[in-house]
Amino acid sequence: MIRVKNIYKSFADTEVLKGIDFLFEAGKTNLIIGKSGAGKTVLLKLLVGLFKPTSGEIWYSDTNFLSLNKNQLRELRMDVGMLFQGNALFDSLTIEENIRFPLDMFTKDSIKDKRKVVDHCLERVELAGINDKFPSEISGGMQKRVGIARSIVLNPKYLFVDEPNSGLDPKTAIKIDELIKGITDEYNITTVINTHDMNSVMEIGENICLLDKGLVAWRGHMSEVLNTDNKTLENFIFASPFLKKLRNRALANPS
Amino acid sequence: MVKNLLFHLGRFVSWHGQIFRKPENWKMYYKETVRQMYDIGIGSFPLVFIISIFIGAVTAVQFYYQLSGTFIPPYYIGYIVRDMAIIELASTFTCIVLAGKIGSNMAAEIGGMRQKEHIDAMEIMGVNTAAYLVMPKIVAGFFMIPILVSTAMLVNIGGGYLSTVPTGIFLHADYIRGLRSFFIPYYVFMMYVKAFSFAYLLTSISCYQGYFVTGGSIELGAASTRAVVFSCIAIIVADYLIAVLLTAV
Repeated sequence: MIRVKNIYKSFADTEVLKGIDFLFEAGKTNLIIGKSGAGKTVLLKLLVGLFKPTSGEIWYSDTNFLSLNKNQLRELRMDVGMLFQGNALFDSLTIEENIRFPLDMFTKDSIKDKRKVVDHCLERVELAGINDKFPSEISGGMQKRVGIARSIVLNPKYLFVDEPNSGLDPKTAIKIDELIKGITDEYNITTVINTHDMNSVMEIGENICLLDKGLVAWRGHMSEVLNTDNKTLENFIFASPFLKKLRNRALANPS
Repeated sequence: MVKNLLFHLGRFVSWHGQIFRKPENWKMYYKETVRQMYDIGIGSFPLVFIISIFIGAVTAVQFYYQLSGTFIPPYYIGYIVRDMAIIELASTFTCIVLAGKIGSNMAAEIGGMRQKEHIDAMEIMGVNTAAYLVMPKIVAGFFMIPILVSTAMLVNIGGGYLSTVPTGIFLHADYIRGLRSFFIPYYVFMMYVKAFSFAYLLTSISCYQGYFVTGGSIELGAASTRAVVFSCIAIIVADYLIAVLLTAV
């Protein structure tokens, strides 16, 4: 689990996060949701150490993340996997080399053993047999799955996912969500997902953190979303007239 | 402006503490260094060759024109071409050309990785990106640029020969006599001091510009330009300082 305590973050004169407290639970898909500019990406980047908070604490289980020196931080990062919004796959490397990169860098396993791990990860994301292709030769959805395969190759304890469904069709987006949920359950990972996608919220939102104007506006489980009386959440999730109508109908007719 | 200059100077110096760290995996660093050596050495060889041959040719022809009608013997042309190549042209001119070719390439490569979040991805994996992305380039430059400078020196002298002897401007024996006259081995030492210094400056400055790039493609283009401009300025300033230091009596 990851706990953030009273996190503040400012850029020049702009205060983006204004005292965030939240517990990202182990073995669950934790979602950070909110409007553009709410501070979701900033919070995610603080969690992985790409930004430093102005004040506050971040705890990875019993480890104070912000007190780690560079070597300790690198050790902790061996337990961290991240899928970026743009996948961040290395264009000049094949799919296999991309997934193998963390293994090449941090393990002394034989190439045969590394290939086995790569094949296992590719099978896990249902992409077996594309080892020799380059990222430019596969679709956006497949690239996302390769990104997931790379992020789990070192068996991480923490998985961070930034906008996993951006630019994907609804069907592929559902597949990616299912994959992330499946991996979280299978490896008992603390997964933190930064998303805009309402489908993700309703399907895999086991522990949701709604950010609004730099503060936590709502927290809860996906099952509580439909019946919420929180105006910020209501306005965010059921933003369109169609969804509002659908929600009213669902509430009037729960069966 | 002074504050900005000091900021970058401070960051550039402290960044070296991250670059020269023990690699996470020697084999990966070795592979990357070899790749860079190939890119810098083999990739730049044709350009260095073509430029050096013409620079040597122009030096010989120009000096022949300047000295004709004077009492200076023709074989001095060989001597002048040789010393100009060793002292200045091979090292400084080649490195300025390389700043344009490999300097902009390094800044664009690393800057592109920064913008595509490749550097962030590596950081999160636990890779020391400053070391993995920059150290191999500096080491490769440190090995390959002096080799290119040595090649440039020889090709310069060859260019001088080709532009004067086959064209009948003067005799083969005169040119060779000039090359063998008044040779001071210390100048070769000076050339290598310059070559190693310039190699370090142009690779580290270019990588710095790419590593800390922010924004989009316009900023990346600007960083690439800055890499060339600052590398050239640093090379010229270092050239002067080395000349002063190594020729001080």
